[in-house]
Amino acid sequence: MRINCPHCGERGLDEFAYYGDASVTRPDPASPTAMADFVRYAYERSNGAGAHQELWYHAAGCHAWLVVTRHMMTHIITAVENGRDFALKRSPVSKESA
Amino acid sequence: MLSDRYSIFSVLRESLRGHSGWGPAWRDAAPQPNYDIVIIGGGGHGLATAYYLAKNHGPLRIAVVEKGWIGGGNVGRNTTIIRSNYMLPGNIPFYEQSLKLWEGLEQDINYNAMVSQRGILNLYHSDGQRDAYVRRGNAMRLHGIDSELVDQAGVRKMLPFLDFANARFPIQGGLLQRRGGTVRHDAVAWGYARAADRRGVDIIQNCEVTAIRRDGNRVTGIDTSRGFIGAKKIGMAVAGNTSRVGDMAGLRLPIESFVLQAFVTESIKPFIDGVVTFGAGHFYISQSDKGGLVFGGDLDGYNSYAQRGNLPVIEDVCEGGMALMPRIGRVRLLRQWGGIMDMSMDGSPIIDRTPVDGLYLNGGWCYGGFKATPASGLCFAHLIARDEPHPVATAYRLDRFATGHTIDEKGMGPHPNLH
Repeated sequence: MRINCPHCGERGLDEFAYYGDASVTRPDPASPTAMADFVRYAYERSNGAGAHQELWYHAAGCHAWLVVTRHMMTHIITAVENGRDFALKRSPVSKESA
Repeated sequence: MLSDRYSIFSVLRESLRGHSGWGPAWRDAAPQPNYDIVIIGGGGHGLATAYYLAKNHGPLRIAVVEKGWIGGGNVGRNTTIIRSNYMLPGNIPFYEQSLKLWEGLEQDINYNAMVSQRGILNLYHSDGQRDAYVRRGNAMRLHGIDSELVDQAGVRKMLPFLDFANARFPIQGGLLQRRGGTVRHDAVAWGYARAADRRGVDIIQNCEVTAIRRDGNRVTGIDTSRGFIGAKKIGMAVAGNTSRVGDMAGLRLPIESFVLQAFVTESIKPFIDGVVTFGAGHFYISQSDKGGLVFGGDLDGYNSYAQRGNLPVIEDVCEGGMALMPRIGRVRLLRQWGGIMDMSMDGSPIIDRTPVDGLYLNGGWCYGGFKATPASGLCFAHLIARDEPHPVATAYRLDRFATGHTIDEKGMGPHPNLH
């Protein structure tokens, strides 16, 4: 398995460190359902056998956090994007807070 | 007359008549329209569950449905080690119950599973690691489990060929559990299948579950590749596929699936008589009765259902082996394979009811599932039959993550790839 880092090009797996499912988002601690939300966030995963969005850290390379879309049955990688871009796309920073 | 019960006499009798009297070890059952209890998954845990249900809680109409064939999943892919050298209160009584069941298994199911208590030695390489092993050994002894601290001279006597003077990881000693050892894993599946079959359990192979049917919040049965099968109660024992089957009932579980690789070398003369683990990396090794060295190490550290791994972990495992016993570098690797582990968020299993009435969960075995097979079956059968946990499995609750009662032997937190 090789990952095509957007900054460094295609590199071997041993340059990367794995963090896990990128689809979970940190809930709002002020929410009235925060307790249950954090249990889901910390522990519960969909863990399906299809495409999986996951966080990889290019530890022995450019130190970028990447979001890799990889198929669980074949290990085929269909997308690699910057973690920052992925996060901003998911929850855009509003003009006031930027 | 078929040689129904295996014994020295049946072997002698059959050897005199050309082995014509051996019948199939279990019936090739076709699915009935409905059962009291259906177990999904014909691996070691599912078959053991069916056996203990029939033996301890019968009479019940029980079926085991398996998408492939008996013994083709993780029960035939592991490295066959049994032990009960755990440290935390929730784990110790369960794994000791399992080891006790292993000790009487062959007589119980009338099947030679080649249970061999050849001992397991966990090596330590630093003062801090020794202290941790002393603590673990004491926790075991407080529960009446055998455990011995062996110093370097003692290890030298047992395994003189280890690299004791390794500059980075000198071997200082080890924690020895003499009652640990290995079991022939295929025979466990076959033995439980045969014993369950003799007690009337239908073992239905090539029968893949496609949906779990419910009426309100209560299960009514399963749709399979061989049609609908009605069931009052359904038990899931599907290891690496726990999340996928759970999803059929709308469950979102604290489990991720990872691939774990295992390795076997060409056969060599007797070399290692027990199980040895390297404490400075992750590497463990034993020698099978056929002579191959069976070894393994870390998970491939990313989610996967592929049943095959990648080269960096192979390299890492082999480096661990070379650091521990350099002479295995001359032995050729014969085979390497992968199995899918249901890694839970705290590294410990789940044997519990689910929020769906009549649906029971047995999963999250991480890579400790094989040694747990008998106790897992015993406790899961108890739970399904009585709707209450077996006394040695009360800690394996599904809600322990929400209540803060996680059982984290390695202290890694909710990172399944690190357990």
